[in-house]
Amino acid sequence: MIELRTTPFHERTSALCQPQNWRKWAGYFAAGSYEHTLDREYWAIRNSAALIDVSPLIKYVIKGKDAAALLHRVTTRDIYKMKVGQVAYTGWCDEEGKMIDDGTVSRLDETTFRLTAAEPNLRWLSMNAVGMEVEITEVTDDIAALSFQGPNTRKVLNKITKKSVDELKYFRLMKNKINEMEITVSRTGYTGDLGYEIWMDAKDALNIWDALMNAGADYGITPVGILALDMTRVEAGLFMLDVDYTSASHAWIESQKSSPFELGLDWTVNLDKQGYFVGRRALEKEKREGSVWKMVGLEVDWVGMEKIFKQVGLPPQIPGMAVRGSLPIFVGNVQVGYASTSTWSPVLKKYIALAHLQKPYFEVGTDVRMEITVEHHRQHAPAKVVKLPFYEPEWKKR
Amino acid sequence: MTSSNQYDAIIIGGGHNGLVAAAYLARAGKKVVVLERRHIVGGAAVTEEIFPGYKFTEFSYVVSLLRPEIIRDLELPKHGLKILPLPSTFTPTENGDYLAAWDDHDLTRREIYRHSPKDAEAYDEYARVMARAAKAIKPIINLIPPDPTSLSMRDMLGLLKVGQFAASLSEKELYAIAKLATQSSADLLEEWFETDALKGTKAASGIIGTFLGPRSPGTAYVLLHHYMGEIDGAFRAWGFAKNGSGGVSGSILNAAQALGVEIRVNASVKQVIVKNGHAVGVALENGDELQSKVVMSAADPKRTFLQFVEGKHFPDEFVTSIQNFRTRGSSGKVNIALSELPNFTALPFEKGHESVLHRGAVSISPSIDYIERAYDDAKYGQISKRPYLDMIFPSMIDPDMAPPGQHVMSCFVQYAPYDLEGGWNDEKRNELGEAVISTIEQYAPNIRKCIVGMQVISPKDIEAIAGITGGNIFHGELLLHQIFFLRPTPQWADFRTPLKGYYFGAAGAHPGGGVMGAAGMLAAKEILKDGM
Ligand SMILES: Cc1cc2nc3c(=O)[nH]c(=O)nc-3n(C[C@H](O)[C@H](O)[C@H](O)COP(=O)(O)OP(=O)(O)OC[C@H]3O[C@@H](n4cnc5c(N)ncnc54)[C@H](O)[C@@H]3O)c2cc1C
Repeated sequence: MIELRTTPFHERTSALCQPQNWRKWAGYFAAGSYEHTLDREYWAIRNSAALIDVSPLIKYVIKGKDAAALLHRVTTRDIYKMKVGQVAYTGWCDEEGKMIDDGTVSRLDETTFRLTAAEPNLRWLSMNAVGMEVEITEVTDDIAALSFQGPNTRKVLNKITKKSVDELKYFRLMKNKINEMEITVSRTGYTGDLGYEIWMDAKDALNIWDALMNAGADYGITPVGILALDMTRVEAGLFMLDVDYTSASHAWIESQKSSPFELGLDWTVNLDKQGYFVGRRALEKEKREGSVWKMVGLEVDWVGMEKIFKQVGLPPQIPGMAVRGSLPIFVGNVQVGYASTSTWSPVLKKYIALAHLQKPYFEVGTDVRMEITVEHHRQHAPAKVVKLPFYEPEWKKR
Repeated sequence: MTSSNQYDAIIIGGGHNGLVAAAYLARAGKKVVVLERRHIVGGAAVTEEIFPGYKFTEFSYVVSLLRPEIIRDLELPKHGLKILPLPSTFTPTENGDYLAAWDDHDLTRREIYRHSPKDAEAYDEYARVMARAAKAIKPIINLIPPDPTSLSMRDMLGLLKVGQFAASLSEKELYAIAKLATQSSADLLEEWFETDALKGTKAASGIIGTFLGPRSPGTAYVLLHHYMGEIDGAFRAWGFAKNGSGGVSGSILNAAQALGVEIRVNASVKQVIVKNGHAVGVALENGDELQSKVVMSAADPKRTFLQFVEGKHFPDEFVTSIQNFRTRGSSGKVNIALSELPNFTALPFEKGHESVLHRGAVSISPSIDYIERAYDDAKYGQISKRPYLDMIFPSMIDPDMAPPGQHVMSCFVQYAPYDLEGGWNDEKRNELGEAVISTIEQYAPNIRKCIVGMQVISPKDIEAIAGITGGNIFHGELLLHQIFFLRPTPQWADFRTPLKGYYFGAAGAHPGGGVMGAAGMLAAKEILKDGM
């Protein structure tokens, strides 16, 4: 029978997933949530320790004399400057400087890298590797991955990892062991909180899951699905392929494409790096001339929302989870952009959105209006452009 | 720190209302000092390590009414406020069964269905009627109460607003509200439900902080008060603040300090200094004097009006009505440090497998009669032999509340009358502790061997520690004749007092007790309106 794949943790996650709300993620089953409401899972990320199965992430090992050269050529980061044990977040573009995908590059040793991606990129990588001495292997099924996020995660890891993770800095990785099983721990995540990602051989997955659940029992460890993760990634100002932008290789029309600058990734575009990289010329031009669009944070004004809802006799009604749907943004009666993901932020007690706005409306502090539906009627709720991320606890990088 | 003792405003009392008021005044550019008699601020919203490593949310333990605009205006999340979910209520019954309410509507309906299919249906309708009534009343919380006997423009406008709300209600809703105002919670609930544990648990929220039983008229209104938290849209009903209620006060303290408020602890106020009929400063117990343009008291009404200010500065009838303000303490608190979680017979768990009930509230309220009987004891000056208990396990919600693997338990207990026959002493305090533990023991037989340490708080202790005269948790019962434009007393519900320059903004003022910050915020706004 042809069916979606399950991850190496499925035996555990399927026993725990009460609402049976499986989502599709890159061809795998991923738990939407483990409980009927998201609150506890959300707060595990923000207050204790959340265990999230992220095995469906597409993973490549890129190995060989020219591994660095390939990634340097394909991504926007200066890969030659990366030290062993360093992780870099990056996007990669087509020749027109439009984003194809994004993910992390980890330098495992001098000539070995791991690249994560939201979608398959093997063909794209191979096309760019012509003539290079490099081997690209997809390891999605071989390497299981857990995202372990929240302020208590360091304490829990230290209880069971052979080496302490105390010295592991933000966006660095280390080889380590749990119960004599080899793992890689990176100080990364998709939540904007203190957190780690644990990479392991698929055959060790269940053992490591159990070890973490046991060690974390006294620290509020909670299995968390991708719905709560979606709320925290918006708070952290992080976007998602196919939700907040369209891959240049899938776009039907030019206007669906985005450059890294337009997505606010200026800091990942190392135009000062040496040599050619895909999209360089277009990106240099855009840098010179300025971008027409930019992804920003929007904070919807609660008092304004209350006023609109009061007209129909209701308190503000907004869904208690992230909504992946486009909402038009206006200044006056002119549409100046759209929000791509909006969510209630339980920690900030605010209604927030990731929005794409046209020049000059993307400046921080600009007053705009976002479309909301109130009792089947379209209304415009007042909102303000704010700096991303919305939420950044002091312990994220400490 | 300022060296000078000259301020725009002095706030007496560093409870959460005092801190909120101070923050709002500082936000408007005023130079403000908060004077707190204890070594820590927070008042009845504090967290203390009575036993090292175990954090007790000493008095107040759950939050629901904290005003969302205060959270936004003072940016409390940035200053550490996190309100964690409290997903269930579990009521064990005397026959070894239980009734649970979960955070999922369908789960709860099925659970009630198990006891009574009729109640499962009535539950939804009841919730809707209560929420609608609460919604109708809610906007009033943020109004400055009008004085219906005065004819000033401001009061007229206020009255008009109340009138508008009334007019926007359907006849059925108006009728429901009128009934709520006069009925007992038992009468109301018996119209709706047949399951004892359901009625008992709902009735309990109508007697919290009052010296009344579920069969006393007026308690239905208090039920409504507890629905207020549920209608803020995305704001959930009840929650537990990270680090307990001290976490709420802590975040307000941080916000206030960031706005430049000066905080002085161990600074007990003896008296308000009055010159030419105007409050101009305060004298501390230690002899220090501070001057200011205005003084606001955020202590309880009896201290505020009968202790801090000499009687001659107030009209006689004002003094009399404050003397008559009902502040009968009726509840206590038992905080317990645990080596492990007690296991409830009705829903046992195996070690290593978390028990869901421990993440929410556990209510000992098997029936209305049970609570009424508990009240009977108190009516005659006794501690309830079998008291009503509202318990949570803070360490199950926020694991940082206790050392890893250990737990803390917070038990709110009613009734424990302030005016106990023979008075409160160590023996009586032990008796209260014992009543609580032996009650829990009926449902969780292993409780005693889990106890590492225990703090028993009587209403006298509430008075002694938190400084609340009479030990009433709301600084004064939430009775119909003590709310809205009657709180603390007719004509003076607008945070002003008969003494010029002297204001009042704490739980004893409109809109009442609970960790909501509204009194502090509204009082600060009135002070600013008057100019200084
Ligand atoms: C046992 C208990 C349980 C409760 N449970 C809950 C609950 O779960 N949820 C909820 O919402 N509410 C609860 N409440 C009610 C809530 O805690 C109070 O209504 C609220 O905290 C009152 O805040 P406040 O700032 O008005 O006054 P307080 O917190 O009482 O502050 C008054 C302050 O004034 C100070 N003071 C007094 N005299 C002087 C003086 N002479 N000089 C200087 N300072 C002085 C006191 O020390 C105190 O810090 C509970 C209360 C108690 C006692």
